[in-house]
Amino acid sequence: MKLKTRPYGEIEVHDKQKVHFPEGLIGFERIRDYYMLDSKEGPFYWLQAACETELAFLLIDPRVFMEDYELVVSESELLPLKLETPEDLLDFAIVTVPDDPSMISANLMGPVVINRKTRVARQVISQKDTYGVKHSILEEIKRESTTLAETC
Amino acid sequence: MLVLTRKVDESIMIGDDTEVTVVEIKGDSVKLGISAPRKITVHRKEIYLAIQHENIYASKTAVDRIARIGGMLKKKK
Repeated sequence: MKLKTRPYGEIEVHDKQKVHFPEGLIGFERIRDYYMLDSKEGPFYWLQAACETELAFLLIDPRVFMEDYELVVSESELLPLKLETPEDLLDFAIVTVPDDPSMISANLMGPVVINRKTRVARQVISQKDTYGVKHSILEEIKRESTTLAETC
Repeated sequence: MLVLTRKVDESIMIGDDTEVTVVEIKGDSVKLGISAPRKITVHRKEIYLAIQHENIYASKTAVDRIARIGGMLKKKK
């Protein structure tokens, strides 16, 4: 079917790209259906609201910029996903790009988890207190390359 | 809002399976113990609000700002 999207205008989407958030995202509780789009701009995905063209979130797998990233959430947070195996779990962070793009950050405190089989998703709260809502992506890349230089 | 006065070691029940106990009172801080079924998640409100604010901010990310930054990330992998 055709869907009007914020990043790419009207494009063709498939049912398998659909993601359902029974509780919505935090602060966007009434919007429950989204489509996951591959981003043309790098290692991102767009979470495009099905019914609201103007609403789209940029997602990233935090491991792209942070090798030692860990998803640490309480078991109760994952129960609604009804995961059969841990392999069915996908997790992403929502990305914020402010006016100065070098300040790009990922929200590691509120990751998005998805059951890849049922495509039921929810936003959860990380139990790791070192993960903030504005985790600088470029700072993290810098940190990782420094560590690499030291070990080589 | 229902307001109840409780002393240390006293608790309140929410429904029939969630119990909130006053563990310790020190100055203006109250330590609470929460015992709830697995399906109930409990969070500090400020964390919830921080995520809510960040989501609103993230929803305003402009598409044209992403192309440049996306290129930088790709190089790394």
